[in-house]
Amino acid sequence: MEVLAWLIPVSLGLGGLGLLAFVWTVRSDQYDDPDGDAHRILSDEWDDAPRP
Amino acid sequence: MKVQNFRTHSGDPSSGLSHSACPACDAAPLAGALAASRAGTAAAGSAGQGARLTLSLPRIHCSSCISGVERVLSSYPGVTSARVNLSLKRANVNAAPGVRGDELVRALIAAGFEAQELDAAQLGQTEGERTGRDLAMRVAVSGFAMMNVMLLSVAVWSGAADATRDLFHWLSAAIALPAVAFSAQPFFRNAWTGLKARRLNMDVPITLAIVLALGTSLWETALSGAHAWFDAALSLTFFLLVGRWLDHRTRAAAHSAAAELSALEVARAIRLDPEGDEVEVPVSELRPGMLIRVHPGSRMPVDGEIVDGRSELDRSLLTGESDQVFAGPGGMVSAGEVNLTGVLTVRATAVGEDSSLRRLAGLVAVAESGRSRYNSLADRAARAYAPGVHALAGLALAGWWIATGDPRLALNIAAAVLIITCPCALGLAVPAVTTAASGRLFRKGLLVKHQTALERLAEIDTVVFDKTGTLTRGTPRPVELMNHDRRNLEVALALAEGTAHPLARALVRGIRDGGLTAARVSELREVPGYGTTGIWEGVEVRLGRGSWVGAPDARTTATWLRIGDERPVAFVFEDAEREGAAEVVAAFRARGIAVELLSGDAVEPVRTLADRLGIADWRANVLPAAKAARIEALQQEGRRVLMVGDGLNDTAALAMAHVSISPASALDAARAASDIVLLGSNLEPVAEAVTLAGTATRRIRENFAIAAAYNVVAIPVAMLGFATPLLAALAMSLSSISVSLNALRLGRDRARGAI
Repeated sequence: MEVLAWLIPVSLGLGGLGLLAFVWTVRSDQYDDPDGDAHRILSDEWDDAPRP
Repeated sequence: MKVQNFRTHSGDPSSGLSHSACPACDAAPLAGALAASRAGTAAAGSAGQGARLTLSLPRIHCSSCISGVERVLSSYPGVTSARVNLSLKRANVNAAPGVRGDELVRALIAAGFEAQELDAAQLGQTEGERTGRDLAMRVAVSGFAMMNVMLLSVAVWSGAADATRDLFHWLSAAIALPAVAFSAQPFFRNAWTGLKARRLNMDVPITLAIVLALGTSLWETALSGAHAWFDAALSLTFFLLVGRWLDHRTRAAAHSAAAELSALEVARAIRLDPEGDEVEVPVSELRPGMLIRVHPGSRMPVDGEIVDGRSELDRSLLTGESDQVFAGPGGMVSAGEVNLTGVLTVRATAVGEDSSLRRLAGLVAVAESGRSRYNSLADRAARAYAPGVHALAGLALAGWWIATGDPRLALNIAAAVLIITCPCALGLAVPAVTTAASGRLFRKGLLVKHQTALERLAEIDTVVFDKTGTLTRGTPRPVELMNHDRRNLEVALALAEGTAHPLARALVRGIRDGGLTAARVSELREVPGYGTTGIWEGVEVRLGRGSWVGAPDARTTATWLRIGDERPVAFVFEDAEREGAAEVVAAFRARGIAVELLSGDAVEPVRTLADRLGIADWRANVLPAAKAARIEALQQEGRRVLMVGDGLNDTAALAMAHVSISPASALDAARAASDIVLLGSNLEPVAEAVTLAGTATRRIRENFAIAAAYNVVAIPVAMLGFATPLLAALAMSLSSISVSLNALRLGRDRARGAI
């Protein structure tokens, strides 16, 4: 049962990481335009270098 | 013209404006033209009006459209950044103060993209956005916490005992308490407002169940008991938040689309300053006494008196009249009328809140107070449900305490009753259905603005239609054109081509469809307010108002032609009916719903239309207040009325009716007063909406029945003390899933082609 001392913090930490990632996506307006984002990935502008 | 704006905006595929698959692909060759126009407009840049501009892009749909629009906008001088939102079909532009929206629109149109300026103040979307984001965050936090606690609970259910079980319970408590404290705040707040108003809403039993579950679990954990309900409290919070979020998203989408319709009418007017120069100003800056210039095709921004110019006015949105009215110096105009042919200079007598456009607002407010008494299905369910649950939980507490003398056991069982009966499925029952139904109606071109509009729509037994602009298109069509002399038609065509008057334009279309070409008329000249005149084969020819060509006054909508000194000839018009008008009336009658026609127009045109559509019950010359009174009378008879109308004269009636629909071409006030907005030009979806609303309401009732059925099984089990956290988790998930699946069937019906 000593393994629990490791497993529980690790699983909570990973879950918390996912939650933080979600909070970040909401904060940075990533759900404002789902259709647009689906199309933007197909755009061939700025394919070779990132947008300045 | 009042309708066209919206027709192109609604993206009606039948409007004939078919673009190639991707407008951006045609854009490249136009870049040169754009550069040329830029040089011209940059010089014209004038007074600043804020650095954030919003443009509507009704037809963009592909990735190259996005980059095309952004390229055009960001290369425009003064624009610092531009970002397209494809979901909302909008572009947000940050620019230097001198840049104006209409210049950007012109640049986009030159590059091949349809665009319109939006009034950012009208959009006012930040509030709704913040609530939506807030709810999404709470859903995420409670979902995360629920999954973790559920994992720990699975270990407990599968046999963890003693110290391990206690450890897991403490861990669950450590996760659950802060998560609930953050996520369940909307329920706590709503319950508190409800209690303060001495009302039991759905949130009171929810709050009580969550708080009691956490409290007893904490107590049990401290005494190292076997059962803790942390997972139940969290999954309750999570499922209910999902319901709230769905509900919010549906309404936010409808609100944003409705706000966009209003924002399309950027409220500006042309003021004449004392030196006689034209200055463009926002309508809100107009004051009585100012001189305002109104160009043909624009709407009167104020009430006022005409000081200069002659023209004709279209009053159909205000009064329902389909006939145009002559306007000359000394005549009075009301805000909302459309100027047709000549340039008018108007001295404002009443602006803004005092203008006749707003005067009906009082009437509307009175009418709306009647409607707010409507009790939604969810309200009624909560009212029956909340006291019952509290009574049962109280009974369980008292019964077990007396029977066993053990308060800990009694409290545990009472908490179990509250948790198992908690309206988890009830919380999802309505939003899941309205989300599915609103989405389906949106695809048919109907925007459901009000939360309970669908429920109310399902109850109607009477439909009242307005005529001009609702059952008809508000655009005239010449009748029996080919009975005229060929010579007359050719001369009329030549004269009609010289003006933008709607009757003349309809005449041009009608004669051209007959395959005729215009006669040779010289010295063609428009006399605003009267008609056009010219010289044909040496004699003077005139086309226009009866009084101007010396014709007798006729009761019908007509334009007259006189050649030389011959007797004037009348071209008679009727208002073309909207597509789907006959079908929608027939569909309602087939379903046994009474159909009525109330119009502010004259008797003759109303009778003609009513006969053609088969409406037996019609009234003409109805004043705005009389329309509302008629609706009220019908409702006092116990009828439930659906009002469909578009004009200012319908506004009070729209607000008074049980439920109301207005077309997108309607006046802003009428759209605001109605529950549902029809985006396309075809009326037929209205009948389908009533059918779909019936199905949706049936689904909501089924969902309540499903939730109740679970409770009928679960309550005795919980009351007898056999409920365990595992059982609660199973019941909760199963009922939520079955309710959601039942709601999703609304979408599936479509695939089968039956409603």
